[in-house]
Amino acid sequence: MSPEILSPPPTPPGPASGTPAVEAEGVCRRYGRRWALVNVDLSLPRGSSLVVAGRNGSGKSTLFRVLSTLVRPDRGTTRILGLDPRADLHSVRRRVALLSHHSNHHEALSALENLEVAARFLGRPPHRAALVPKLAEVGLAERADDPVTTFSAGMRKRLTLARTLLQEAEVVLLDEPYGQLDPPGFRLVDDVVAALRSRGATVLMATHQLERGAALCERGLVLEAGRVAWTGPARDLVRGSGLDSAGLAEGGA
Amino acid sequence: MRELSAALRKEALLQWRTRAQLAAVFVFGASALLLFSFAIGPDSAALRQHSAGFLWLGLLLASTLTLAESFHSEMEQRALEAQLLLPVRPAALFYGKAISNWAQLSLLGFALVPVMVVLYDAGTDRLGALLGVILLGTAGLSAPGTLYAAMTSQARARQTLLPLLLFPLVVPVLLAATRASSLLITGDPMDQARSWIALLACFDAIYWSLCGLLFGRVVED
Repeated sequence: MSPEILSPPPTPPGPASGTPAVEAEGVCRRYGRRWALVNVDLSLPRGSSLVVAGRNGSGKSTLFRVLSTLVRPDRGTTRILGLDPRADLHSVRRRVALLSHHSNHHEALSALENLEVAARFLGRPPHRAALVPKLAEVGLAERADDPVTTFSAGMRKRLTLARTLLQEAEVVLLDEPYGQLDPPGFRLVDDVVAALRSRGATVLMATHQLERGAALCERGLVLEAGRVAWTGPARDLVRGSGLDSAGLAEGGA
Repeated sequence: MRELSAALRKEALLQWRTRAQLAAVFVFGASALLLFSFAIGPDSAALRQHSAGFLWLGLLLASTLTLAESFHSEMEQRALEAQLLLPVRPAALFYGKAISNWAQLSLLGFALVPVMVVLYDAGTDRLGALLGVILLGTAGLSAPGTLYAAMTSQARARQTLLPLLLFPLVVPVLLAATRASSLLITGDPMDQARSWIALLACFDAIYWSLCGLLFGRVVED
């Protein structure tokens, strides 16, 4: 892991350090007539980590999209580092980063150009010398000038990871970070999460790789049909109590 | 300004990568002008009389192709979502896209002027003023066109929906641009073009202000 990932994030003037990193109170979100989230409560201290588990369609991605401010809750409130997205969306977005499970790049541009676009919006140096090392961290330095349209799904995921890390956010949401990756990619994500934690970032990870998630995070949460079905220490998630509560244990329906 | 500059550079990069599309839109606009001339026939006085209207109709039709595609790929590839996750104001994204569309439509308008002159014998000794009217008129198409392109980019029938929404809204701009252009081509002894150009500038100011304000509501959840 390169020193860039381990370096502490910039600390712009922000809210008091005693406030939780992530708070959600009674968050509900509906798509059409289906409730994707129902009365979700969450409070995470700064520097902590949470692995979110649940079946497909249980609301994990919606929860992350709400916390990252991409989607507004229909009911309830969220706060990131004490900031209310409804009042100060711009400040919240400076402090929270989301690794989406979708590929969301400009396909006509190269990997490097995609990072340049993000760097300019973030006010970071958009130079090749500054960005190629970021691509090297995710194993894409040799493909820096290739258009994204030629990339495999795993390479796109690595590029998304590079862009998420470029933001150097204080709260990092990783939605299915292992999805589409090969075994070295799994280890890359493990290293990234460890590095984020060591620099004091708050990390939330939604994954079906429960053993890996539990090994990397302190707390666990299971969503079932949009509701919090279980919370507890992450290690208990894989020992059975968390899995059973949401029918996630192998052999479950 | 940093966000706007970043948005403009992104748009310039994307336009350069898809520059073949601009040539295709020019061919479409020139073909439309040619077909309009068939409707009038060989009456050179009538052709010259209607040349400004045909120029703006050709530009309007061609603009829907440019505008409809301007958001489509970014929405389809979820690249816009990635930008919204960054600390960037939606207004910066809007003005970046709108200025890029304006530049494309202005270039298209400038390129269609020689075609109009050749097909309709519609030369003018006030070419600078005519190009100015094209700049103002395409600005009036670009701002609402960019907003509606964002609204319709996810729709399956976006190529139909965009003109349905856009055309009624830009009637005042088209009217002012056509009248001003026509006066510059056919002669303007009473100096009426100045009033139409002022009206055009007013509509541009309104559209660019309002659309910038509304864009956030269109792209944010």
